[in-house]
Amino acid sequence: MDFLDMFLNIGFWAATVRMATPLIFGTLGELICERAGVLNLGIEGIMTTGAMVAWMWVYQGGDLWTAVLVAAVFGMMFGFLHSIFSVYMGLSQHVTGIGITLLATSLSYYSFRMLLPGVTTPPKITPFQELPIPYLSDIPIFGEAFFSQSPLTYLAFVLVGVVSYVLYRTPVGLAVRMVGENPMAVEVQGIDVYRVRTGAVMVGSGFMAVGGAFLTISVFDAFYFDMINGRGWICVALVIFASWRPGKALLGAVLFAAFDAIQIRVQQSSASFIPYQFFLMMPYVFSIFALIVMSRKAAYPKALLVPFRRGQR
Amino acid sequence: MLLEPRTHTPLWMTIIAPIAAVFVVMVLCSGLIMWAGAPVLQSYIALAKGAFGSKFAISETLVRATPLMLTGLAAAVAFRAKLWNIGGEGQLYMGALAATYFGTGMVNLPAPLMIPFLFVVGAIAGGLLLLVPALLKTKLKVDEVVTTLLLNFVILLMANYLLFGPWKDPMAMGWPQGAPIVDAGILPKLIEKTRLHGGLIFALLASVSVWLVMSKTKWGLEIRAVGLNQDAASFAGIPINKTIIRTALISGGLAACAGVTEVAGTKEYLTLDISPGFGYTGIAVAMLAGLNPLGVIIAAIFFAGIYNGADSMSRAMDVSNYIADVITAASLLMVMLAVMLTRMRIRFS
Repeated sequence: MDFLDMFLNIGFWAATVRMATPLIFGTLGELICERAGVLNLGIEGIMTTGAMVAWMWVYQGGDLWTAVLVAAVFGMMFGFLHSIFSVYMGLSQHVTGIGITLLATSLSYYSFRMLLPGVTTPPKITPFQELPIPYLSDIPIFGEAFFSQSPLTYLAFVLVGVVSYVLYRTPVGLAVRMVGENPMAVEVQGIDVYRVRTGAVMVGSGFMAVGGAFLTISVFDAFYFDMINGRGWICVALVIFASWRPGKALLGAVLFAAFDAIQIRVQQSSASFIPYQFFLMMPYVFSIFALIVMSRKAAYPKALLVPFRRGQR
Repeated sequence: MLLEPRTHTPLWMTIIAPIAAVFVVMVLCSGLIMWAGAPVLQSYIALAKGAFGSKFAISETLVRATPLMLTGLAAAVAFRAKLWNIGGEGQLYMGALAATYFGTGMVNLPAPLMIPFLFVVGAIAGGLLLLVPALLKTKLKVDEVVTTLLLNFVILLMANYLLFGPWKDPMAMGWPQGAPIVDAGILPKLIEKTRLHGGLIFALLASVSVWLVMSKTKWGLEIRAVGLNQDAASFAGIPINKTIIRTALISGGLAACAGVTEVAGTKEYLTLDISPGFGYTGIAVAMLAGLNPLGVIIAAIFFAGIYNGADSMSRAMDVSNYIADVITAASLLMVMLAVMLTRMRIRFS
């Protein structure tokens, strides 16, 4: 296995960008929630829901872009549910998040079974096709890898810039960052902390759901149970790795996806002597290592995990 | 909208809160049953019959409740100290792996020694697995939620590797399963012609012991103090990190014992499906029980009943048995809300 060959391979880079896409959506979504002071462990379940409803929408004859919107709306509904518990009621964000994940996952599976009773092989849909960007996609290697992707992938990259701009350059972004750092100060300014946090959790959850939808209506063409397979949790780790910055989140997601792409290629060429399960473990182990390296100097949003209760200090 | 603490919570409220929460969940989930086109009341009756309607149903529910009691205890102990151990599933498989490693012929002891030996090695393995995130938390401030969650996937893949590779039982006709546990290590059956095994006795004893430790000993006080207020606990001279490590070892050990009861009791050999998410359901069990170790017994039997009942309801009424997972998840959230409302009142202004 020649590593140089691999890095010059268009397929490798295209795969990296493709695999990074759901992680970018998920990590950005989690980042928005955490910047507002809410850890959203509902991510794994919300991604499952996004994957299921988007696929089901297309399978029932809906349009692909509407499916993305439907997924986002479902994500936002679970985000709203999350914030009723974690923001308005000030309950444990850990337990709320796990509860949302279990609820979103089980409701998705239940609905899938109800809408498609008795299917054994998952039916297929026609997913998003690659959309080469004129001129840019003609650039050798780089252009072919980066500018011949699914439209959702471009959307993910654009959203990194948008989120970054909104967070750092707009009053809304300032309010979001402030409720994650010092909610009392925001309340004094006459801004409703509950509403800002709820809004952030809903938008973030919408992002997560679109990340899930990418898997079923862009990379694959079917919905499988357990298909999120820990990607949500990896996004939670990536947010810490990125020290809550959108740009670094993009970098983290791409690095992680590159690592995953290497892992798959090495696995294919050396399957004879290293069991494939060890390769499959690597993303999880890598996430844990990334956490260990970054956690020491992690600058958590000061009010992360701290419920805000009006009228109490 | 304002939340203000109640000055005191009457006992009836504490008792009625989880029951009311579960009732609300049942009402909400009747929407899902109607969607499936099944009559709601008959469906719930079918569920109740499948859970507790016969001697066989009750024994099956108790078989399922056994690992849930142990994973529920694991979550209850850890959450008391605000150690967010979401790794019950991984620890369960770790216990199962340890029981398989030592219990399939490597060690031969008479039954009165072999069974405790399996629980001990299982508990040690599970405790050590949670020790890693606990040490990372105390030494390097790494968030334990993510590490425990990620380790679940690692351990499951490890079990997958072992059962498809070196540990695969050649007598199993190609199925990925471990060699059978030696006869001396098998948990004795409690009732003839049922699957009910001694693991239930172990889980009940564990619940009582954990209750004693948590409410009557210095260790329990320290664990609760660390969970309530770390600064105050530290000021009172309680070693925070030591207490967290101790909690981790107890919690991981308890979850791992659930793996031992499944391998040495229910299945009698290791498979990759010994746990349909017992580790995660344990969190719901602990919350329904209000983190009370004795309450865990009842909560585990309740959820076990929901799962077994949903299986028979799905056969009788054509309602997908995923409804059990929905009921569990919704109960987890609703109970949390109900318990909060016993401590706080909502003022609309």
